[in-house]
Amino acid sequence: MVSLPVPIGLHLAGPKGQNPPLLAVQSETNHVINNLQVNNLTTKSSKGSTSTGANMTGVKLRKTIIEQSRRAGVGHIGSALSVADIVSCLYGKVINAKTPRDPERDRFVLSKGHAALALYAAFAERGWITEEQLNTYCGDGSQLGVHPEHCLPGVDFATGSLGQGLSFGTGAALAAKRQKSDRRVFVLLSDAECNEGSVWEAIMFAAQHKLNNLFAILDLNGQQAFGYTKDVLNLSPMDERWKAFGWDVHVVDGHDEEAMAAIIEKNSNVGDKPHVLIAKTTFGKGVSYMESQIKWHYSPLNEAEYELAMTELERQS
Amino acid sequence: MRGAFAKTLTELAAKDSRIYLLTGDLGYMALEPFAEKFPDRFINVGVAEQNMVGIATGLAEAGFIPVVYSIVTFASLRPYEFIRNGPILHQLPVRIAGVGGGVEYGHNGATHYGMEDIGVMRVQPGITVVAPADAGQTKTALEKTYDLPGPVYYRLGKDDRIVVPGLDGKFDLGKTQTIKKGKDVLLLAMGGISYETAKAAELLSKEGIEAEVVIVASVNPAPVEDLKQVLSQYRQAITVEAHYASGGLASLVSEVVAQAGINCKISRCAIEQSPDGETGGQGFLYNKFGLSAEAIATKAKSLLCGVPA
Repeated sequence: MVSLPVPIGLHLAGPKGQNPPLLAVQSETNHVINNLQVNNLTTKSSKGSTSTGANMTGVKLRKTIIEQSRRAGVGHIGSALSVADIVSCLYGKVINAKTPRDPERDRFVLSKGHAALALYAAFAERGWITEEQLNTYCGDGSQLGVHPEHCLPGVDFATGSLGQGLSFGTGAALAAKRQKSDRRVFVLLSDAECNEGSVWEAIMFAAQHKLNNLFAILDLNGQQAFGYTKDVLNLSPMDERWKAFGWDVHVVDGHDEEAMAAIIEKNSNVGDKPHVLIAKTTFGKGVSYMESQIKWHYSPLNEAEYELAMTELERQS
Repeated sequence: MRGAFAKTLTELAAKDSRIYLLTGDLGYMALEPFAEKFPDRFINVGVAEQNMVGIATGLAEAGFIPVVYSIVTFASLRPYEFIRNGPILHQLPVRIAGVGGGVEYGHNGATHYGMEDIGVMRVQPGITVVAPADAGQTKTALEKTYDLPGPVYYRLGKDDRIVVPGLDGKFDLGKTQTIKKGKDVLLLAMGGISYETAKAAELLSKEGIEAEVVIVASVNPAPVEDLKQVLSQYRQAITVEAHYASGGLASLVSEVVAQAGINCKISRCAIEQSPDGETGGQGFLYNKFGLSAEAIATKAKSLLCGVPA
């Protein structure tokens, strides 16, 4: 017996009556269920969003981030605001995914898992979750925690432990190459996450194997949980470091969606190197009193802060 | 066992194109048959075990069955959190093959011993844990588990020559294998040290003591029913493992005894102390840690006489 080269999506519907895996590769039955759920959710979405997310903007995601942070009373706001334009760019302009579990979808890994609220906001804009679901953020029994869990359709890999996402994504990119698929893999990392040695293991491997379908996007906001990156472990110049490790490096404004999307489309499956966008960002972007302030890594919003933030974001809409 | 593992994996890979073999730069003189036959499905990821497990996770999510290979401690402890957050959390079919359980890497010293791998793997409900006793059992165990939907950890011995008498390559998930019936004392063994345990039973036989010898190779799922059944027949049982006394076979068996309320006293032949830097061959270290056939037999005799060993 010679099996076909990796029949995606079907092969793991366990032999000998075993259960199929929870993530990834769903059985036919699960696919149907997921599609039904997604369609159902799409029609129920009160945001009236399209399934392509074409109208997504960073500002829209920021409003959701502020609203949900306030409602749930939790922090990690500054980190989510920092990546809002990157996530909007990816889910509004770049990522090909007919459904959240489409085996041929582009993969995305939010390696800096603590910015998951930006991801949920994008899922809502894309119609993958309802506003009702969004309102469960950080509630009991919710699938929407501070860090993304893979049980939520659309989350390709659960993250939260820094330094793991690029390895997952590198494996996903290698898999796409071996399956002769054009699908791409995007991994969003924080600059402080590059303190983790395992990130550099993945960087070396991806370059060695010429994974030109892999895009790392580095949220270079210069801050970490307990200080500024230059004072903790100075990794500047970040672009030179990635270049020295064999990557195709693009330094870009991490709040310019068009510029980032253009670099990605131009370089997908092109060249003989993996690609990194060193995305220069402002921590807490869009809310004046949060910008570049360490406090907003963890701090939740009070009512006055919430009102001020929403007023500022309305002006940017 | 590692030779049998590599050979069996190569045979399976010929039938199943999902199988990939990743190594953390180890397996010289062991993995060549696979590497030569399937060069496109063999990847030396370099000395980077965390990344190796992460990559395997990404490959498995797309439908492959990646096997990651290293020495026990580098396969289990170094990337442990990657194993937890990757294949276990996502329930993906990554296979982790650790070679050289216990003190098999004798002269190489304490950094190369695998004394807690079973303990740390066994606490995770979401991973199958298999510790074969010899090459024949390794082959069967791999054939029966390679395509499970979730992750599997294999603790493999280096030695392909030892044959545990009476085992005949038998393996079933969630079951034990009885290689010798007895009546006086029960010996429960896990992994490569099963051979020493069988020898201990022979030594005891010569002195008129009939030990029953049971192999526990399916650690997770634990062979709870089989253990309950056999433990209920004995007042004295000895667990034998080249592993720390906590977390491994002794703990597993003690849990079964306590939970089922079985009236059987458990004594442990296991590594009871941290390595002190004194190195030597496996035989020397088995003696040092009280794991040789002679030490196991002595412990059994002292138990039966009611004298602490």
